[in-house]
Amino acid sequence: MSAAYVVSDCWTMTRRELAHWARQPVQVLVGLVFPVMMLLMFGYLVGGGRSVDGDYVDFLVPGMLTLTMVFGLEGTMTAVTQDLNKGVIDRFRAMPMTDGAVLVGRAAADMLQSAVGLLVMVGVGYAIGWRADGGPGNALGALGLLLLLRFAMLWIGIFLALVAGRAELVQAVQILVWPIGFLSNAFASPDSMPGWLGTFVEWNPMSATATAVRDLFGNPGGEPGHVWAAVVWPLVLLAVFFPLAVRKFGRLGK
Amino acid sequence: MATTGDAILVEGARKRYGEKDALAGLDLTVRRGTVHGLLGPNGAGKTTTVRILATLLRHDEGLVRVAGHDVRTEAREVRRRIGLLGQHAALDEELGGRQNLEMFGRLHHLGARRAGTRADELLERFGLADTGRKPVKQYSGGMRRRLDLAASLITEPEVLFLDEPTTGLDPRGRGEVWESVRSLVGGGTTVLLTTQYLEEADQLADRISVVDQGRVVADGTADELKARVGVDRIHVVVRDGARLDEAAGLLPVPRAEVSVDADRRLLSAPVADRMASLTETVRVLAAAGIDAEDIALRRPTLDEVFLHLTAASDGAGASDGSDGSDGSDTDARQEREVAA
Repeated sequence: MSAAYVVSDCWTMTRRELAHWARQPVQVLVGLVFPVMMLLMFGYLVGGGRSVDGDYVDFLVPGMLTLTMVFGLEGTMTAVTQDLNKGVIDRFRAMPMTDGAVLVGRAAADMLQSAVGLLVMVGVGYAIGWRADGGPGNALGALGLLLLLRFAMLWIGIFLALVAGRAELVQAVQILVWPIGFLSNAFASPDSMPGWLGTFVEWNPMSATATAVRDLFGNPGGEPGHVWAAVVWPLVLLAVFFPLAVRKFGRLGK
Repeated sequence: MATTGDAILVEGARKRYGEKDALAGLDLTVRRGTVHGLLGPNGAGKTTTVRILATLLRHDEGLVRVAGHDVRTEAREVRRRIGLLGQHAALDEELGGRQNLEMFGRLHHLGARRAGTRADELLERFGLADTGRKPVKQYSGGMRRRLDLAASLITEPEVLFLDEPTTGLDPRGRGEVWESVRSLVGGGTTVLLTTQYLEEADQLADRISVVDQGRVVADGTADELKARVGVDRIHVVVRDGARLDEAAGLLPVPRAEVSVDADRRLLSAPVADRMASLTETVRVLAAAGIDAEDIALRRPTLDEVFLHLTAASDGAGASDGSDGSDGSDTDARQEREVAA
């Protein structure tokens, strides 16, 4: 199997996902609008009452960006589950293509969608008064950390979909992802929570990313020197779930 | 004995799901350039066999080679040489026909330009050239099947698997698929076809393997299989269903060879001497005062061959095709008749 085939197979599978977008622009749009809606709801309806130092919008936007990356897990899981339950996966598996090109296509498309989603959120955040004053280099670093978290979520999503293989479990995860997303510092500082809950929240990998991102954007709630945690946590998750997902895909039908 | 000329070679393949043996030592040899029918009831192991041959499923034991390569250790070599038409359309339903074929062509490493021209060729050949960008999910059943078949033929495969290719199609769609299969065989492709329809196997296949409970219970041409069951059968429709069993005991053949269809009040049994059996049957029924609505002599249909062979394998390992049946055997046969 030459390297050229590997690249071409992965590109073909990525193109497939992009062709799906072109076919279903409304679905893509809804995927982009949902986090924006959440941001606006929390910013204007729920917010204000939260006790944080500084402007709540400046605190909220990095948290929402982080939450959007975590919620991306659902989208990945849904897409993989749908694919697995369709006959086309059999044709892919009975072809002499690169092992795992199906997953690479999924990963590339999801990362691209998340990157676009981040830019949209940043734009909307800017429109409602959010400002990053950590400098452009740090801002890029923050976006990088967010996408790294998304990448870890992606492989968790693929793995869960491969293990469950059923739409019912996707629903269960769609529900469970909410408390996990909210048991973080995305919306509120752990200082405002009861002791044990605050500890849990601080240990949530998502909180590590949110804290580091706030720091890099120069927003309230950020703590200097936490970037390492926002790098290590997703890498640990990747180290566990990437091989599990690839192995599980390779063992379909055994 | 296996030779290098075999497109498919399976020896003692076993596949177990939990407690159940999906394949219980299946043997199969298909010569190159022939159409081989795999015939059996639902759950006999036909689809399991095809999925193992197409590298989608791993067998637990046994030797399985396709186009000269081992499906376990040389899966990629096998995949280069096969086409698969499964029971459900293996297509990307969101994309159009040409998009599908071009994608599969690229994944077969035809290269971008060749993938495009090949897609157009196939669309033309299967009468789908004017489908444009319409997504496959809006296709009719017959169109979908043709596109699926086209996708299986991207690389002119050495071996083509057709898993119940006409299930769910109307007679016209069925005819279209049969036509395509016949034209393929002209091109030298080896075809393994699974079906529940005896007519289909009879129409298309050079040889037929009858599969039941995960093993091949009979193997041969349609004519050979018919010959195995005996030449003729006598059919008796008894007016009073309550006396069906009594009548079955009176026929001039061993009781075990009489199959009973209670719903149709029909007895059926193989006979050696046509006229003697007919006369004797009329005589014994009249003597017992049992009214017959109809008594007839018939050549066996492939359906009967099939039921006979699959029912025989229900007995304790009686896979030699002889009818070592007892009462429960008849029950099993009736169940199958209902299922068929």
